[in-house]
Amino acid sequence: MPAVTETLETVQSVTDSGYKWGFETDIEMEFAPKGLNEDIVRFISAKKNEPAWLLEWRLKAYALWQKMEEPTWAAVKYPPIDYQDAYYYAAPVQKAKPKSLDEVDPELLRTYAKLGIPLKEQAILAGVEGAGDSPSDSGRMPIAVDAVFDSVSVATSYKERLAKEGIIFCAISEAVQEYPDLVRQYLGTVVPQGDNFYAALNSAVFTDGSFVYIPKGVRCPMELSTYFRINAKSTGQFERTLIIAEEGSHVSYLEGCTAPMRDENQLHAAVVELVALDDATIKYSTVQNWYPGDAEGRGGIYNFVTKRAQCRGRRSKVSWTQVETGSAITWKYPSCVLLGDDSVGEFYSVAITNNWQQADTGTKMIHVGKRTSSTIVSKGISAGQGQNTYRGLVRVAPTASGARNFTQCDSLLIGDRCGAHTVPYIENRCMTAKVEHEATTSRIAEDQLFYCRQRGLTQEDAVGLIVNGFCREVLKELPMEFAVEAQKLLQISLEGSVG
Amino acid sequence: MTAVRHTGAEGFLQRFEGLRARLPGRRLPWLEALREDAARAFRAQGLPTRRVEAWKYTDLRPLGEAGFEEALSSIDGGQALPAAHGGGARAVLVDGRFRADLSALDGLPYAAGSVAAALPGLEGRIGAVAPAAALPMVALNAMLFEDGLLLTVPAGVPGGVLDLLSLASGGARPEAFHPRHLIRLEAGASLTLIETAMGPEHDGTTLHNPIYEIEVAEGATLVHARLQQEGRQGFHLSAVHARVAAGGTYDNFTLVAGARLTRNEIHIALTGPGASAHMNGAQLLAGGQHADTTTYLDHAAPGCASRQTYKTVLAGRSRGVFQGKILVRQAAQKTDGYQMNQALLLSPDAEMNSKPQLEIYADDVKCSHGATVGEIDHGQLFYLRSRGVPEAQARSLLIQAFLQEAVEGVTDETARAALGAAVSGWWEREALA
Repeated sequence: MPAVTETLETVQSVTDSGYKWGFETDIEMEFAPKGLNEDIVRFISAKKNEPAWLLEWRLKAYALWQKMEEPTWAAVKYPPIDYQDAYYYAAPVQKAKPKSLDEVDPELLRTYAKLGIPLKEQAILAGVEGAGDSPSDSGRMPIAVDAVFDSVSVATSYKERLAKEGIIFCAISEAVQEYPDLVRQYLGTVVPQGDNFYAALNSAVFTDGSFVYIPKGVRCPMELSTYFRINAKSTGQFERTLIIAEEGSHVSYLEGCTAPMRDENQLHAAVVELVALDDATIKYSTVQNWYPGDAEGRGGIYNFVTKRAQCRGRRSKVSWTQVETGSAITWKYPSCVLLGDDSVGEFYSVAITNNWQQADTGTKMIHVGKRTSSTIVSKGISAGQGQNTYRGLVRVAPTASGARNFTQCDSLLIGDRCGAHTVPYIENRCMTAKVEHEATTSRIAEDQLFYCRQRGLTQEDAVGLIVNGFCREVLKELPMEFAVEAQKLLQISLEGSVG
Repeated sequence: MTAVRHTGAEGFLQRFEGLRARLPGRRLPWLEALREDAARAFRAQGLPTRRVEAWKYTDLRPLGEAGFEEALSSIDGGQALPAAHGGGARAVLVDGRFRADLSALDGLPYAAGSVAAALPGLEGRIGAVAPAAALPMVALNAMLFEDGLLLTVPAGVPGGVLDLLSLASGGARPEAFHPRHLIRLEAGASLTLIETAMGPEHDGTTLHNPIYEIEVAEGATLVHARLQQEGRQGFHLSAVHARVAAGGTYDNFTLVAGARLTRNEIHIALTGPGASAHMNGAQLLAGGQHADTTTYLDHAAPGCASRQTYKTVLAGRSRGVFQGKILVRQAAQKTDGYQMNQALLLSPDAEMNSKPQLEIYADDVKCSHGATVGEIDHGQLFYLRSRGVPEAQARSLLIQAFLQEAVEGVTDETARAALGAAVSGWWEREALA
C-alpha cells in the first residue's frame, strides 16, 4: 500500500510551517495586573466605563465562577490551568478613541493587512476610487468588519452605512455606552452567568466582542464579520458577542480568528448569544484558525467557548456553520434552543485535528416549540495524533409535537495514531417527534486515491480533493468568500499529514 | 470525576455482614478474599446515582429503598414448569439456587451443574471475566452470590440446545438473589442457551442480579438468548461479560418484557483475530416500566466483526434507555462494526433516551451506528388500512415487523423461534390490556 506508507511517513515529518498567521505584532500594550480577583473585575469594568448594573452583573458571575468546578467530561487532556497566571486585560495603548481608520495605530493596520482582513471600507460603496483595493474586490458585496485585538475592538467598518438601515454593528463595550437598555435587556438571557465554568469566567472578565442589532423587517445588506486576534503574551481572550434579530429580519455574520505561534498555551473563552424573534434568520459562520500548537504539541490556544442561540419567535431560524482547523484544544458546542413554533436550528461543522490537536465539539438542539426542526451535519477529520470527538444532544420536550431532527456525523481517519469518537445523546419525550441519527467512521479509500493519482494529481492534491468532497455538505453552507478560505485552510491544516 | 454519591448501598452491605458466615464457600480463603474485595468496591462505589455518566438515564433509588432480604425458596418439585424450547435438556434455578431435582441434565455431552457444589475447584475462574470492581452490580453479586449455572462444553463438542429456567418464588417481603453463571466453550465447541427468567407469580418485590462470565474459545460458537419476563414489581440488574477468542462467535439476544426496573449490561471483548459478536435485543415496555440496555463492545484484535440491533417499543408511561459503546483499539485494524438502535413511541407519556457511542483509535476500519426514535409511520398505517386491515391489527403488524429485524439477527433457529413467540405474545397481551 504505497499510499498508506507515504501518508505515514509524512505524518512523521510534520512541521508547523503551514501556520502563516503566527507572527507577533510589536505594539505598546496596556495590561491589567496579572491574576484574577474582584479587583481585576472592577478594573476591567472601570476601564470600559461601565454602568453600575454591569459591574454588579460581572461580580455575581465572578462569585458563581469561584464556586464552580472546571468540567472534565470532555474527551480532552491538558495540564491544569493556572487561572492566576494570566492577564485578563490587554489593549493596545491609545490616546483617545480613534474616530477614523487614519487615527488607528499603523502597526495595527499593518497587522490586519497582513492577515488579509479588509478594514478599509471598499471604494465601491464610498463612491471613491480606493487605492490598493485589488480589482477582484470591486465587483463584490463588501463585508463590514469589527476587528478585536486582544481585549479591545480597534475598528469597525461600514457603521454609518449600516446605521442608515437602523442596524447597530459595533463593539459590545460601545453598545454598553450607546445602547445600554438593549444590552441590559438581552445580555445573559441566552447564556446566563452561571451556565458553565467558562461562561461564568467570561461573564466576569469579558472585554470586547461584537454587538449586532437588526431592526424589525430589515435584511442586512452586507455580511457582518468580526475578526479576533490574540497578540499579547500570557493573556486570555474573553470576548462576548450578542446578536439580536428582530421580527422578520435577516443577518449573516462571520467570525474569524488567529493568534501568534508561542510555546505557551493561551486561553480563549468566549460567549456568543443569539436571539431570533418571529420570522427572523441568523446565519452564523465561523472559521476558527487559532494557533494549533507545533508538531510536538507545544503551545496553541485552548478554545473553550459557549455559543447558544434562542429561536424565540415563530418560524425563526438559526444556522451555525463552523470550520474548526485551529486551536490546541477545542471545547465548543454551538446550540439552538427552539422555543418558537416551527423554528429551525441547523449545525454544520467541519473539525480537523492534526498533530496533537484535540477537539471535543458538537451541538445541542433543544426542541420545545411545536413542529420545530433541526439538522446536524458534522464532519470530523483526524490526522497525526489528533483526537476528534463529536458530542451532541438532541432533546425533544413533550411539548414539541411534530418535531423533527436529522443528525449525520462522519469521521475520517488519516493515520493509525489518531482517534475519532462520536458521543450523541438522544432524549425524546414526545411521541409525534421523529429523531434520526447516523454516524460513520472510515478512512480515505485506496481506490479513491488511486483514481486521483492515476489522473496525475499529486498525493497531497488528491487527499485535499477527497477531504474537500467529504466536507462539501458543510462548506456549501458558508458564504462564498469564507468557503474559498475554508477550503484552503483544510488543505493547510492537513499539510504534512497527507503526503 | 464526579463524586459518586451513595444511595441505599448500606442495606446490601449489612445483609452481606449478616449472611457471610452462611454463604457457600465460606471456608475457602480465596473466595472469602474475593467477597471481601467486592464488599470494599461496593462500599466505595455504592449504588450509582444519575450524576454518574453511565447511569445518567437510570435511577436506582427505588432499589436502594426496597430493603431486600434473602430469598426463601418455596417452589417444590410438584410444580408445573413451562415447556422447554430445546430437546428437553434443562437447568432450573429457583431464587438463584441450582435445583438438581427440577433440572434435566442427564446424558449430555458436556458438564452442566451447580456453581455452589463445585466451588472448591473454581478458584481463578470466578471473577476472571467479570472483575468485581468493574461494575456496581458485579460487586453486589460477588458479595452475595450463592449459586449459578456452571457449564463447560469440551473442545469440538456440539452442545445442542440447553434451556435455562430462572424462577423467582417471591415472598411477602422483598427478596434478592444474585446468581453467578460460569459458561465456557472450549475450542470448536458450540451451544445454544435459551434462558427464561420468570416470576414471582404474585406481586412480590424481587431483585434478580445475575452475572454471566462467558468464555468462547477459538472457533467456538455460543448462542445466548435471554427472555426476561419477570413480575412487574421486580428489579433486574444484570451484567454479561464475554470474552471471544480468535474465530469464535458470541451471539447474544436479550428480550426485556418484565420487571419494573431493568438494567442489562453486556460487555463483550473480541480478543482474537476474526472473532465476531452479534448483539441483538428488544425492550417491550408498558405501564411505568423502565428498562436500560447498556452495551460495551471492545474490539481488541484485528479483523473482528460486530453487529448490534436493538429495538425498543414503549407504551404507557414507560421509559427506555439504550447506551451502546463500540471501542476500536489501535491494534484492531480491519474492524467491521455496526450498531443500530431504534425506538417506537406508542404513547405520549413514554420517553426514550439513547446514547450510541463510537471510540475509534484504528484507521482501517468500517464503523457506523444509527439511532431513530419516533412513532408508528402514518404512511405505513394508511397503506394497511386502505387495504382493509383494521387499525388495531395494522398497528400490531407494524410493531411486530419493527421488532422482527432484531429477532432475525439471531443465528440459531430454535432461539429465533422462541424469541419470535415471546415478542408476539407480549404485544397481544398489551393490546388487550
